Amino acid sequence: MKHETKIDFTHHQSAHCENGVVSNLMKHNGYNVSEPMVFGIGSGLLFCYIPLLKVNHAPVITYRALPGHIFKKFANRTGVKMKREKFSNPKDAKARLDENLEKNNPVGLQVGVYNLVYFPDEYRFHFNAHNMVVYGKKENRYLISDPVMEDVTSLSEKELEKVRFAKGAFAPKGHMYYPISFPEKLELEKAIIKGIKDTCRSMLAPVPFVGAKGIHKIAGLIRKWPKQKGIKTANHYLGQVVRMQEEIGTGGGGFRYIYAAFLQEAGKLLENEKLIALSKEMTEIGDLWRDFALEASRIYKNRSAQTDSYNKVADQLDHIADLEKVFFKKLKKSI
Amino acid sequence: MKKKEVPQDKSNLESANFRELCYAVDENGEYTTENSTGWEPKTVALNNAIEEIHERIEDAKHRVIKGETSPIEYYMELHKMDVGILASYVGFWQWKVKRHFKPSVFKKLSEKTLQKYAEVFEISVEELKSMHR
Repeated sequence: MKHETKIDFTHHQSAHCENGVVSNLMKHNGYNVSEPMVFGIGSGLLFCYIPLLKVNHAPVITYRALPGHIFKKFANRTGVKMKREKFSNPKDAKARLDENLEKNNPVGLQVGVYNLVYFPDEYRFHFNAHNMVVYGKKENRYLISDPVMEDVTSLSEKELEKVRFAKGAFAPKGHMYYPISFPEKLELEKAIIKGIKDTCRSMLAPVPFVGAKGIHKIAGLIRKWPKQKGIKTANHYLGQVVRMQEEIGTGGGGFRYIYAAFLQEAGKLLENEKLIALSKEMTEIGDLWRDFALEASRIYKNRSAQTDSYNKVADQLDHIADLEKVFFKKLKKSI
Repeated sequence: MKKKEVPQDKSNLESANFRELCYAVDENGEYTTENSTGWEPKTVALNNAIEEIHERIEDAKHRVIKGETSPIEYYMELHKMDVGILASYVGFWQWKVKRHFKPSVFKKLSEKTLQKYAEVFEISVEELKSMHR
């Protein structure tokens, strides 16, 4: 058995880990698919408030599809076949990983962030839906391409086992995945249309917690928080909204900029001028999300906010919700 | 967001020496990417969240000293966990973990149970009992 394997794998930094792993594995196999393309085809964009669930003792909002969904939808829509495996036993998980590396096959792994030693301490929360590629092993250290990092890194056997078997919500259970077959010719056109339609459907869903309606819902909650929960908790909640929107992986503006990049690329590929114009519009909506984050940060920075300032940021969100509603209706008609 | 407007504020990313990737448009309106060292509004949000965790840890510590809760709750907070996460790591039901917060119950816990918690928190049983760190 070889003691050193290093697969010739090129690391490209991405904004978001799931798109990044897919894009990097596709590139490794000779298909040049960008991160925004993976995100758009996989219908990554979303807005969803998840009632009842609390993370870090604050309500949960997501600006993207559930972990694993982007991936699954991208593979289905492009005809790429993926092999996915989960394990109950860390030993088996390690053996299968080593086996793949021996065969020169880089694999994607789902991991927990809390024990990811190369992350800054402040970012290490119990979040279990992070993704990375393992592309080799050297002196008992696994060679890691973590898409959100600028450069490649490495983890010891023990460190990797810990993050692969993190516990809690979305526990990875050693989840490992890699493409096993590709269509003869990768045709993105149809996949793009499917991806866009799906995103429009969920953003316009007649469900109070999802899409444009979900944004209105959160705006309403923000108006109530200071009275209902007190200033301290209201600020804590508001801070979490901003963190979910802007944290590493979103590419800024709650994934709206990545989506705008996708629409621009898709517009060129499909020779559809409307998509290119809509990309511009989405960028402007992204800017409004940034303005909201900036305004919200002024509230929780000063800690002495009046109810008025909560209403002001809630107004911003209501405005964004109205714009997104119109936007996705137009987008639906443009393809 | 324009490429030249991608914020380059000081942030917690500095300690790990990395910059995150943002999407922005260049002067011709073409999408491109740019690295960012951080953005103040989210640094403040993150720092507040961390401060909140520190307050929770301090609070748990005081309650352990006052005999209102067991060190398990303190270590849980120290590891940024909640009852659900801790329960899944030790493999107990949540109500059982909550029961172990009671000092009277904690005192009577078996060595085996204590060992489970100690392993999750990466400390010795002695350290778990005494809350020293």
